[in-house]
Amino acid sequence: MPEKILPGIELDNVELRLGARPFRFDCTIAAGAITAITGASGAGKSTLLNLVAGFSTPASGTIRIAGEDVTRSHPSGRPVSIIFQDNNLFAHLDITTNIGLGISPSLRLSRNDKAQIEYALDRVGLHGFGKRMPPELSGGERQRVAFARALVRQRPVLILDEPFAALDPGLRQSMRILLLDLHRETGNTVLLVTHDPEEVRRLADHVIFIEDGKVLVRAEKTEFFQLDIEPLRHFLNDS
Amino acid sequence: MRKILVPFLAAAAALAAHVGPALAQEKTLTVYTYESFTSDWGPGPKVKAAFEKTCGCKVDFVSVADGVALLTRLKLEGESTKADIALGLDTNLVSEAKATSLFAPAGIDTAKVKVPGNYADDTFIPYDYGHFAVIYDTQTIKNPPKSLKDLVDGDPSQKIAIEDPRTSTPGLGLLLWVKSVYGDKAPEAWAKLRKRVLTVTPGWSEAYGMFTKGEVPMVLSYTTSPAYHMVEEKTDRYQAAEFSEGHYIQIEVAGLLKGSKNRDLARQFLQFLVSPAVQDVIPTTNWMMPVSAPSTPLPDAFSKLVQPRKTFLMGSDEVAKNRQAWIDEWLTAMSMN
Amino acid sequence: MLTARQARQAIGGGVLALTLVSLFVAIAVIALLSWDTGRAGSRLMTAYTWRILFFTIWQAFLSTLLSVGLAVPVALALARRPSFPGRIWIIRLMAVPMGLPVLIGALGLIGIWGRQGMANQSLLAIGVSQPVSIYGLSGILIAHVFFNLPLATRLLLASLERLPAEYWLIASSLGMKPFSVFRLIEWPALRRVAPGVAGLVYMLCATSFTLVLVLGGGPAATTLEVAIYQSLHFDFDPPRAIALAFLQIGVTTILLALISVFPAPEAWGLTAGRLPRRFDGSGFGSKAWDAIVIAIAAVFLVLPLASIAISGLHADLIRLASSDIFVKAAATSLSIALVSGLVAVGFSILVINARSAISQAASAGAGLKSLSAALAGLSSLVLLVPPVVLGTGWFLALRPMGDISRFAPILVALVNALMALPFAMRVIAPAMEAHRIRTGRLSASLGLAGWSRIRHIDFPVLIRPMLMALSFAMALSLGDLGAVALFGSSDFTTLPWLVYNRLASYRSNDADGLALILGIICLALTMIGTAGRERERPNA
Repeated sequence: MPEKILPGIELDNVELRLGARPFRFDCTIAAGAITAITGASGAGKSTLLNLVAGFSTPASGTIRIAGEDVTRSHPSGRPVSIIFQDNNLFAHLDITTNIGLGISPSLRLSRNDKAQIEYALDRVGLHGFGKRMPPELSGGERQRVAFARALVRQRPVLILDEPFAALDPGLRQSMRILLLDLHRETGNTVLLVTHDPEEVRRLADHVIFIEDGKVLVRAEKTEFFQLDIEPLRHFLNDS
Repeated sequence: MRKILVPFLAAAAALAAHVGPALAQEKTLTVYTYESFTSDWGPGPKVKAAFEKTCGCKVDFVSVADGVALLTRLKLEGESTKADIALGLDTNLVSEAKATSLFAPAGIDTAKVKVPGNYADDTFIPYDYGHFAVIYDTQTIKNPPKSLKDLVDGDPSQKIAIEDPRTSTPGLGLLLWVKSVYGDKAPEAWAKLRKRVLTVTPGWSEAYGMFTKGEVPMVLSYTTSPAYHMVEEKTDRYQAAEFSEGHYIQIEVAGLLKGSKNRDLARQFLQFLVSPAVQDVIPTTNWMMPVSAPSTPLPDAFSKLVQPRKTFLMGSDEVAKNRQAWIDEWLTAMSMN
Repeated sequence: MLTARQARQAIGGGVLALTLVSLFVAIAVIALLSWDTGRAGSRLMTAYTWRILFFTIWQAFLSTLLSVGLAVPVALALARRPSFPGRIWIIRLMAVPMGLPVLIGALGLIGIWGRQGMANQSLLAIGVSQPVSIYGLSGILIAHVFFNLPLATRLLLASLERLPAEYWLIASSLGMKPFSVFRLIEWPALRRVAPGVAGLVYMLCATSFTLVLVLGGGPAATTLEVAIYQSLHFDFDPPRAIALAFLQIGVTTILLALISVFPAPEAWGLTAGRLPRRFDGSGFGSKAWDAIVIAIAAVFLVLPLASIAISGLHADLIRLASSDIFVKAAATSLSIALVSGLVAVGFSILVINARSAISQAASAGAGLKSLSAALAGLSSLVLLVPPVVLGTGWFLALRPMGDISRFAPILVALVNALMALPFAMRVIAPAMEAHRIRTGRLSASLGLAGWSRIRHIDFPVLIRPMLMALSFAMALSLGDLGAVALFGSSDFTTLPWLVYNRLASYRSNDADGLALILGIICLALTMIGTAGRERERPNA
């Protein structure tokens, strides 16, 4: 019995063709919860993410975020923050500036904005890092900066594309805790693309499993791990 | 972006400064000529100053790249040209220049004008001349060629740089010189001479530069070239070889444009051009021979120059008619392996 | 990741650039063709034309092969040794040949390779009696390699330096041997830019004029450019000149299509922006090889320049540099160079942005695709339009506007900008593409656009390639004699013009001195182009 969920993100018969490969997504993503998007590599996880974030435009269908049709909106026009696996920062700008860009793309920052940046840095555990340059930071620290920027952006949806894949296991754990903390604090809708069952287990409320360009399973986490179908077994055992 | 914009605007403004309004005050005599005539080392500045002192007018030189460009510009402008005088055509271009029917008879007194080969024309007034000659470096060449035949038949390891008749007037001059001496046998002569030719340059400057840099011991230039080295550099290292057959001549002429609004002034200028005032400065600025006796004796160096006993000069009609065929002939002879 | 409006603006900019450049060429061509010479047309494809066409292609092909082929080991060696004393100066000197008037470069080369040059003198000294003559194809090739190897090296080196620093880390941790590094990392990077570089060098060599005549040894060595000049300048036969120019463009288009004009987009690795540090090539053999390659290239480049410098030192440099005419000529030359450089860089950006917007468009129709191809073709083939055609054509077109000489500086600046466009494109395009791939999605998701994006994101990163392109374009313009033979403006004096003018009045000593000063100015310019290198190694 699937529970009733508030629609955060809706993909309504969204179709897209990349080269010869067709994709078709039709699903709803719960508001205020963490939904993991998973599946084998090449299944279409990133394509789904690109559609929601606005980096790809569907050939047909409708995408709604918080009830609003954003199918044709520019990425910056969507209520979305995004964190990639890497390259989240402009290497030539210092940390404060990189975060500040999340508040004002023209870097017109009020005193209050600056205080907010300081708070965000504190919040992700990077107090005093403001003047440093991205190349000086470790991979984990750079991802924390990206979290800080997402924090100051105050968008209702946060998309994460394998955000911890490049980090070592110990670091991963502390980043997961950070993500959960921030999620509880803001109550945002989180879309987490991952191929790691462990991550799904620890973070997600809901799971969307993608195979061959389509949503194969959409379920609550506990339900998901009880399912016993062939592609899923593969996924859970192999990785 | 502002960092780019500021220098851009500054540079654009500097360019725009060139585009200021043309001056138009008193009577202005417009003289079309070539660049080396008006350069600061050329005769132009002195001629302008001297003439402006006597005429109560302003001389405006418009200098194009060379004599050929000068004629092209006149052809393109046709009747609407602003030129009163065209100065710097050579005799090979006269036939084509006449065909434009843009020129009027000069109508000045040329009794004192004397050019070897007795060139005379009622429209185009000679103002200087030079004989083509092979200039050699006395430090390397101990037995310079005494005739064109000597040059053609001589030791192929002693090289000469010549100019290309397709792109330069000295090159065309040598072509006509060889034709004058060898007639129908010119291709055979070129085939032999080819072995002595180190290279064929697009213009005089390239050939002469290679010569003074010591790369090649002989170059096609003018009998007057050694005068420059003797007067300005005090050296007689570079000398002209006198050829027994005679030398081909290049005569530079000036003409009066039919459409000139200042015809009297223009005539006055042409007359001035062959007067001692200009003829005195020609030899040591244009490094060519004067066409009439200067008021003061020429520098000593000029008396040491080769005085050709015979002068070759083909009619410009004949040159215009045959030029392409002769160039083709030259190309074939020079490209053989 | 462009909004519809951004894409429209970018494509609109490309259309604007295409229109302006096409108009600039077309007006000159139409003006020339509408001029009635009153002469029967001469046959175009004579045996003579075929012969020079063949020679043009052959010498340009060999020159390109040698220039680019030899540039590869030099670029590899320089990339492998990112910090040795004097490296920056070798790279800076590489821009000097481009900024020298061709005749000066030729005389410098003759001073080394000529009959009386250093090379032959050394041969004599060790007992070889018969001097080796370079005149002929070998002379042309030496000269073209001298002028183009530095250019090719710098473009190839730039592509190697854009590789993510992580690649070298990975290579060394995997224990890759030098050959594997070459095959798996360096060659794929070079292969993407090599066709573009080769195309550029080919065009420069195909349109070579003075070098081919001076060093070619006789009229057997004649390029189409010579025939175009002859038919326009000496014979004034515009239809023939234009037909020859189109023949040149047509043949080159086919050849460039064969070597594929534009490289495949680079697969940009993600990089943390770390400093490239090379861990490979620490063996003795590798060090020795790099040292030898760099030394040979440096000597080959420096000797002719030194020969020019030594001749120049005989001149009274202080008198020359303080004369009014020099100051005026230098000011004119630098203003023209700056304007033409900025125009070239600006147009390059328009063209690159438009092509990038088209390539990103999800469903680019045939119209957009052919626009993209037209932009690519335009920005390289424009190098083949002979300046004498533009100069004469524009003389005709501007004649009704009154005093024609006023237009000379602007025309020279624009013609130079056109010639520099392919250079600027090849320097800027890869850098902009890499930058777009690295920052495109992030900028779009943060809503960075317009002025703010330019100021914070694009300018700090792209300023360096843009300065390099600017310095290339300016050097090119500084050495150019200008195509205004007919314009007759006595006020309009540029430095190369002054050099030729001095030579034409026997004053070769002054000309040598001026050439030296011109070389020094070019060197100063390339310091702009290599500026920011030090700044880039920050607090990391």
